[in-house]
Amino acid sequence: MSTDTPDPTAEDAPSRAELAARVEELEASLAAATGEDSKKMSIIATKGTLDMAYPPLILASTAAAFGYEVTVFHTFWGLDILHEERSKNLKLSSVGNPNMPVPNVVGAIPGMDRITTKMMERRIDDNDTATIEELVDTSLEMGVEFQACQMTIDLMDYDEDNFYDGVTTGVGAATALQDMADADIQLLV
Amino acid sequence: MSAEFDITETLDVKGASCPMPVLKTKSAIDDIDPGGVLEVVATDSGSMSDIDGWAAGTSGVELLDQAEDGDVYRHYVRKTE
Repeated sequence: MSTDTPDPTAEDAPSRAELAARVEELEASLAAATGEDSKKMSIIATKGTLDMAYPPLILASTAAAFGYEVTVFHTFWGLDILHEERSKNLKLSSVGNPNMPVPNVVGAIPGMDRITTKMMERRIDDNDTATIEELVDTSLEMGVEFQACQMTIDLMDYDEDNFYDGVTTGVGAATALQDMADADIQLLV
Repeated sequence: MSAEFDITETLDVKGASCPMPVLKTKSAIDDIDPGGVLEVVATDSGSMSDIDGWAAGTSGVELLDQAEDGDVYRHYVRKTE
């Protein structure tokens, strides 16, 4: 055996398995440092009815539980989901949804939206389904970034103080587009 | 049940429905030390598929076992890192 070849049996030489483990460890820390490890999801929330407020919040919070970086860009009626007062009073429309138990012509009677909303709220309560407020709070705690579109804030005459603490304001379409371009999952709700 | 692991913490999410069992599981896992095992007790039948899917798609956790006991669903999740 030549003298310049390291003795593989030497006690201080790391084993192949140890080296493999070390490489894996370094790759993991590199991925963590460069942020390539975490997936990203970008949701655009445009609807503010009680039924349509749920999907973006459920998906956003669940994605956060998976360790995804999540941004939800709220525009037009979707802003109401982030509005502290209005989010507690989202309505269910009794018109335009053939799955509703009332025909459109009956649904159009004044006060029907209030009745169908109450019915849905009772079901949500009976089923122990999380409320919109609960989902917004939980999502914020889990690191979901909620963005409120500045153009529609101005259009609706809302104030940034109207929104839950932690909501990002002063953002527009370019911010949303950049998030979508970087995301692994993009959804328009 | 004859478990070959010790339960570190038990999370009761009975009554809660999607997505709360997964969200609360995630928060509870964050609070235990690596190596610990979280028992999740749920009544949401969707939790069988959801906790399984969450554990498979999330790094640092391993689903050890799931058991159905009448209306109660038990999930055992180990925090691996």
